[in-house]
Formats: sequence, C-alpha cells, structure tokens
Amino acid sequence: MGCQSSHPSAIPELDEIMLETGFSQASVVRLYDRFQALDKEQKGYLSKYDLQGIGELAVNPLGDRIINAFFKEGEDLTDFRSFIRVLAHFRPVEEGKSNETGRPEPMNSRLRKLQFAFQLYDQDSDGKISRDEMLQVLRLMVGIQVTDEQLVCIAERTIQEADQDGDGAISFEEFATSVEKLNVEQRMSLRLLK
Amino acid sequence: SLILSLLFFHLSHKVTRVVPESALLIVLGLFLGGIVWAADHIASFTLTPNVFFFYLLPPIVLDAGYFMPNKLFFGNLGTILLYAVIGTVWNAATTGMSLYGVYLSGIMGQLDIGLLDFLLFGSLIAAVDPVAVLAVFEEVHVNEVLFIIVFGESLLNDAVTVVLYNVFDSFVAMGADNVTGVDCVKGIVSFFVVSLGGTFVGIVFAFLLSLVTRFTKHVRIIEPGFVFVISYLSYLTAEMLSLSAILAITFCGVCCQKYVKANICDQSSTTVRYTMKMLASGSETIIFMFLGISAVNPDIWTWNTAFILLTLVFISVYRVIGVVIQTWVLNHYRVVQLEIIDQVVMSYGGLRGAVAFALVALLDEKKVKEKNLFVSTTIIVVFFTVIFQGLTIKPLVQWLKVKKSEHREPKLNEKLHGRAFDHILSAVEDISGQIGHNYLRDKWSNFDRKILSKVLMRRSAQKSRDQILNIFHELNLKDAISYVAEGERRGSLAFIRSSSTDNMVNVDFSTPRPSTVEASVSCLLREKASSVCLDMQALEQRRKSIRDTEDTVTHHTLQQYLYKPRQEHIHLYSRHEIIQNEDEKQDKEIFHRTMRKRLESFKSTKLGINQPKKLNKSHKRDRGQKRRNSNAIPNGKIPSENPAPDFTLKEKEVSDTNNKPPVNSGYCSETSYEPVNSQDNSVDMQERLEESNPKENQEKKTLLNAQAHYRSAAARRVQSRRSFHRPKPLQLPKLQKLASFPSSCHIPPHSLEQEETQL
Repeated sequence: MGCQSSHPSAIPELDEIMLETGFSQASVVRLYDRFQALDKEQKGYLSKYDLQGIGELAVNPLGDRIINAFFKEGEDLTDFRSFIRVLAHFRPVEEGKSNETGRPEPMNSRLRKLQFAFQLYDQDSDGKISRDEMLQVLRLMVGIQVTDEQLVCIAERTIQEADQDGDGAISFEEFATSVEKLNVEQRMSLRLLK
Repeated sequence: SLILSLLFFHLSHKVTRVVPESALLIVLGLFLGGIVWAADHIASFTLTPNVFFFYLLPPIVLDAGYFMPNKLFFGNLGTILLYAVIGTVWNAATTGMSLYGVYLSGIMGQLDIGLLDFLLFGSLIAAVDPVAVLAVFEEVHVNEVLFIIVFGESLLNDAVTVVLYNVFDSFVAMGADNVTGVDCVKGIVSFFVVSLGGTFVGIVFAFLLSLVTRFTKHVRIIEPGFVFVISYLSYLTAEMLSLSAILAITFCGVCCQKYVKANICDQSSTTVRYTMKMLASGSETIIFMFLGISAVNPDIWTWNTAFILLTLVFISVYRVIGVVIQTWVLNHYRVVQLEIIDQVVMSYGGLRGAVAFALVALLDEKKVKEKNLFVSTTIIVVFFTVIFQGLTIKPLVQWLKVKKSEHREPKLNEKLHGRAFDHILSAVEDISGQIGHNYLRDKWSNFDRKILSKVLMRRSAQKSRDQILNIFHELNLKDAISYVAEGERRGSLAFIRSSSTDNMVNVDFSTPRPSTVEASVSCLLREKASSVCLDMQALEQRRKSIRDTEDTVTHHTLQQYLYKPRQEHIHLYSRHEIIQNEDEKQDKEIFHRTMRKRLESFKSTKLGINQPKKLNKSHKRDRGQKRRNSNAIPNGKIPSENPAPDFTLKEKEVSDTNNKPPVNSGYCSETSYEPVNSQDNSVDMQERLEESNPKENQEKKTLLNAQAHYRSAAARRVQSRRSFHRPKPLQLPKLQKLASFPSSCHIPPHSLEQEETQL
C-alpha cells in the first residue's frame, strides 16, 4: 500500500471536519492516510470487514463492539467523516479551557467520552444497561475460568452498586456517577490525536 | 562464592524489589575484596579490561540485541540516535571542560593534568552504561517508549565513547601541542567510520547467521552453537578492525533474531534463549562483583575531594540539561511527546557502569599521569550511580506517578469500567494506526517479505508464516470460519463449545446459593495471594456477613480474572527471566471467542437460525492481485456433525482459474463499494445495495449470475451445486494444508506483529 502522505486539499470537507472534531490539520491528514490504508480496495468507504482486518482487534475483548461503534445502526459502511467523528472522542482534553456556554459540547469532552463508552455497553440503545447487557460485557472481559454463577454474582453486584433509582438497570446518569472518580479524560485519550 | 551469591540473590526477590541487584553485588564484591585484603594484604583479582571487553561484555550485549523489541527500537531510532550521539558528546565535552575550568581555578590543587586529559576523562565517564541501565530498569517498570530510549541510547553510545576515547587518547599520546585541526577532523570522520563500520559488520554477520540457520535442518544439534559463535565472531571482527564492537554485536542480534527464530527448530530456540540468558546473567553478576572487589585495592586510591565531588555534580547536572534540551527539540518532531516524568527518568536513569571502569583501567599511566585519580573517581562515580541512583529511582518513579492518583480502594464499577476504558483505548489506538503507516517501514516490510525472507528463511517457515499472517493480519470471516471449523474438528476449541457463552441471554438469574459463595471464597483465597494486595485490604475490612463475602468474592474475582489491556502485560525485556507469553493464554481465549462470535454473527446474518446443511456459499477472494497465493478458502459451509467431508473446497477450482477479477467477497449483507471492472458487476452491486435485507437465495442468485460471466467453469459448477445435491467432497489436500497449521497458529498477533514488521 503506497503510503504517500495525502495533500490536505485531497481531503473532502477538511475545514468542517476540523471545526467539528477539533483536530489539527496534521492529525486529520494523518487519519485520512490511515483511513485510506485501511480501505484496501480504495472504495472510499470502510466496511466492517476492513476493520476486522486489524489483527490486534481480534485479541481485544471489546474489539468487535468497538468496530460496530463506527457504523451506524444497520449500516455496514462508514465514510471518512463518520470515521473521524468517532475518533474525535479520543482527542486529549485541552487543559485550562473552560466550558464556554453557548457552544456545543466538544466531541472530546468527558461527557462525550462517557457517552461513547455507554453506547458500547448498551447494545439495544434503550438508554439503560440492563442486567443482560452487563452480563454480556462481563463475559467478554473476563477469563474463562470464571463460571457463570460467579459472573451473575458479579453483574448483580455491579448493578447494585451503581443503581440509584432501583430499577435494576443502569442509566447513563448512574453510569456517569459511578465513574466520576476515574480520570476519564486521561484514560480515554490518545496522545497521538491532537 | 559467586555461585552462592547468584543463587541467593535470585531467590530473594523481596530484597531485589527495593535494592537493585547490581548494588547488592557490588557490596558483596567489596565485602569479599575486603576479606581477601585483610587476610593477605594483597589486592585480589581486579577486573582487567581484557577480560571485561572480550568475555564479559559480549554476552550481555548479544542478549540485549537478540531480545530487542525491534519494532519499538526502530520506531524510535531517531530519538535514540540523538540522545546517544549528541547527548554523549555534550556530556563528554561539558564535563571535561568544566573540570578543566575548575582545575584552572586551583581548587583541585596541584595535578599533572592538561585539558586533553580532562577531555579524555570526560569522554569515558559520560557514557551511559547498558549493563547498569538494564539492571536497574528491570525493577522499575516504565513505559515501553521510555525504556527503549534509555536502553537504546546506552547501547548505541558505545560508538561515540569508543571514538572519543581513542581520539583523545591518541591526542594525549601525541602531546597537547601537536594536535592540529586536521587531527580533529580526522577524529570526526573516524566517528562515522567506526559507527557505520561496526553496524555494517554486525549486519553482515547477521546475514551470514540467518543464511546458515536456513540450512541447518539436518544438523539441529549444533544450531545453537552457530548462533553464539557467529555472533561472537562479529564482535571480534569489529574489534580487530578497530570498529565499534558493541554496535556490531548489537546489530547482529537485532537483525538476525527474526530469521533465526523462524528457522531453527523449537528445541534449539529454547536452548539459545536459555543459554543467552544464562551467559548474560552470569556475566552481569561477575562484572558487578568484580567492580566491588577491584575497588579494594589501596594502590590505586588517590583522593581528591574537589575532583570527585565536582565530577559527580557535573555529570548529573549536565545530563539533566542535555536531556531537557534534546527533549524540547525532539518534541517538535515526535508524535508521542516525552513528558516531564519521562525526562526525569531519563536524566536520573543515566547510570555509569563497568564500561567506564574498564576504559579507565585501560589508560596508560605514562601518558596519563593522573591515572590513579581517574580510576578512583570512576569507581566512586560508578558506585554512586549504581547504588544510590539505582536504589532511589524506583521510589522516585512511583512517587511521581502516584502523585496524582488517590489512595482509595476502587469500587467494583470503577474497576470494571476502568478496565473497559483501557481496552477501548487500545482498540482505538489500533484502529487509528498508532504507530502510523510509515513509508519506510512499509517499504522495508515489502522488501523483507519479497526478497530477504525468501533468501534467509526456511521454506517451511515461510509457508507457515504466510498462513499465520493470513489468519492474523488480514482476518476476515472466511478465515474465521475455516479457523474455527478446523479447530473444532481437531478439538482444540472444544472448550468454547462447552462454555455457555452462546446462551448468555438465557442465564437464570436466581440468586446464588450461599454455600457456593462460601466455597468459592475459600478456594479463591487459596489461590495466588500476591496479585490481590488491594483485595486483601478489602478482605480484612469486611468479613462478617455473607453479603460482604459476596462483595469480596466479586472484587477478588474481578481483580484476578479481568483481562488485561495490552500495555500492561508487555514486559519488554528481562535479564533474568524469559518472558513466556503467559498472556498468550489470554490472547488465545479472546481470539477464539472473537472468531467464534464473528462466525456466529455471520451465521445469523447469512443463514438465519436454521442451518441448512446443504447450502454452499461461494466465497471468492477479492484480493487476487494482492495475495501471493490464495490459500485454501473453504466455502462457507458450516460444519455441523461431520466437518471433514462437509468441508468442500470449491475454492480450489475457483483459484485455478487464471483471470481472477476482483470480485467482491460474498458478504451480501455487507454492501460494499468497489472499483468495479465490469458493468455486470456494478449492476449486481446496485441490486445488492438496494436490498437492505436481501433474501438469501435471491442474493446468491444475483451474485452467482454476475460471476457466471467471469468464471464460466466455476460458475457452472456453482450453479449445479445450487440444485442442492451434495458435491463430492473435494480433495483433502487443501484441507491438509489447513490441518497443517502449525501449533504456532496460536501465537497471538502481538508477537507476530513484532516478527513481521521488523523495521
């Protein structure tokens, strides 16, 4: 795959992308190169198939879910704009910038990062993580030595710990509260994507 | 005593966690030397430069080179070179000059030294020592980039050190007055000659070694011997030609590792690994002990407070300044920035070691009058850096890292979600191409694949690597199907079948009986306690009610069994242990599961819940041009009871056709655009695109119709197959090929990643 660096003018909608995602031009160019490298047949779009071709994702417990996060519901192709929109969530948070009211929430804010993670758990998009969904995630993330009974136990505990209104499921607010002490900004940021 | 000390220190891990082993060895050496001296009043063994340079140093450097994580190393090569070359020159020059300046001011008293002597001293004390660095960083787990920079720097600065040392040595010999500008220029030129020459010698021998191992299939017993002999030859050759021997053997190890590992048989590989570790470990121990012993030699002791103190101060200060300036420059060019904590570790981790000592012992007393002073100072500097800095670097690092985080036991949710975040991040890293597609790297990778590997790797190794690469690097569902099916057939994936992962949705949510909980607590408690330090706290705090025991169980279980994200579980280099990929198991599990899931989702989208046995899918490879040889692609026949005969491989016929147009693979549910070659194909695509949920037969029909245009023979066979009579099972040779997946098929991608893209 020839990897010449793309010229900025080759990228469609460059300015809108930079405005929306907050990336610098260099980053956008780099990600565009990556997009093209992944798009082996030069279709201009990425399919799940292309992303599955990244070997490391097969040994990531959440790999497939993350791949699916790049694609809209029911669709199997993603263009560069959508691709980079997802990656924009992982831009490091600039320090010192106060949250200016009136402007839309930047894509890499803590809220957005959490929303992205929440979306990975909440597969049926009903806004809540049910016991089932929690169990599925746990099953993915835990070694096979853990038996199902133990897993159910863990899932129950997890939900009980976070559930404040007692409905047996975790809503987004409860999720956000349960991880408020975690340094989400740092843990969900790639230094690379400035 | 050597043996005892070796055993003792390797057994007492508790001690070595606090005190670096090197420090302990030095102290032991001092102790022993002291005994001998007290007994006989003679200086016992000293570390002669000869012994050091010819016997003790090569194994260590070879070990470092052979186990070097290449991708990381070459990825950061620019940074490493900058620090190694410019940094060392800076350190040498500034230290030498400052000492001279101080000398001129008279604080040091009367010494018989000139500027050149100081510069000579500066050059030998400036170099960061690989042995010491490794010994200390073993205990301090820093991030991999940082580690490779410091470690790489310590290896590569040898060229600079050698050149500077020789240059100044010859200047001193000539006498200060006779040095001309030409000589200086000659010095600079000699730097390039020495370093590049040394590297070149190393590469030549690496090539030789790989070539030799290619043909050693029938002489397996002596394969390990070749590795060591030829590597050592590279060292000696470079030394003979007055080139940088350390660079030679380093690059020999670095370049040959991939091919040698692929070529030699498993037992030889193990032998080589263990022997190398043994030699390196042993040499290191001996070196440090002798450092201690040699220090107890009253003949050489000359004390000059100012000199010694100032040397210590200068090397530390100038190192810090040098690191800061270089980092500032580098951060403009680097994608991954080096932060303050990295700089602190780099400055503080610049340890001097035995190399400096050996060099100083090599000095000629007649030319350098104050040799003894230099020797004493060097000994003190080495001791100081190894012992003091070695002792304190770990607490320092921990303090810096810990400064921000809180000491609070994380809640269940936090643990779980935190870990999930790590996984997410590492996946996004992979997707966004963290290291980046480097033009050079891809170029090299192509070159390597097409030419080098063909020459240097055994045919069988090449083939198996291709197969593995096809599975791991360009994973697609077809491979998933074949892999899982093959694995199930051979029973290796049986465990996935038996676990109830399929039935997660229907798990019964009745609360677990207390007795199971109790039992699991006790049995979990009996397991490794070392990893659960945090949970031990939890355990002690809450002990009474069952509810609490459930809590501790869950905490404990999570702590132990949550999969680790990638960065945590890669320990790059260890002198004393061979890093078996324990996490190979984790990777294997996840990989199996992922493959299975993809297969399941594929099944459900394509076939629905029922799986008619007789439906054959035709999956055609769409990458004809790119692939060198399309390995056996089974058709998507889902094996049920009798996998073997059902594994009809229509692909064989398909692949035999000469013209292979880039037809899209049969993911009819995934609509994908493609640079279309013919109208028919595009029409077909359109049809498929429009239908959001294409009915199976219909889409197959369109697909097959389109393809009928291209592949007459194959398509006809396909169409005949569609009349639902079972085709006869194809020749199993293709199947055999699959079955011959070497057990190394279970190698996780990471290690392959390392092997495949070397530079």
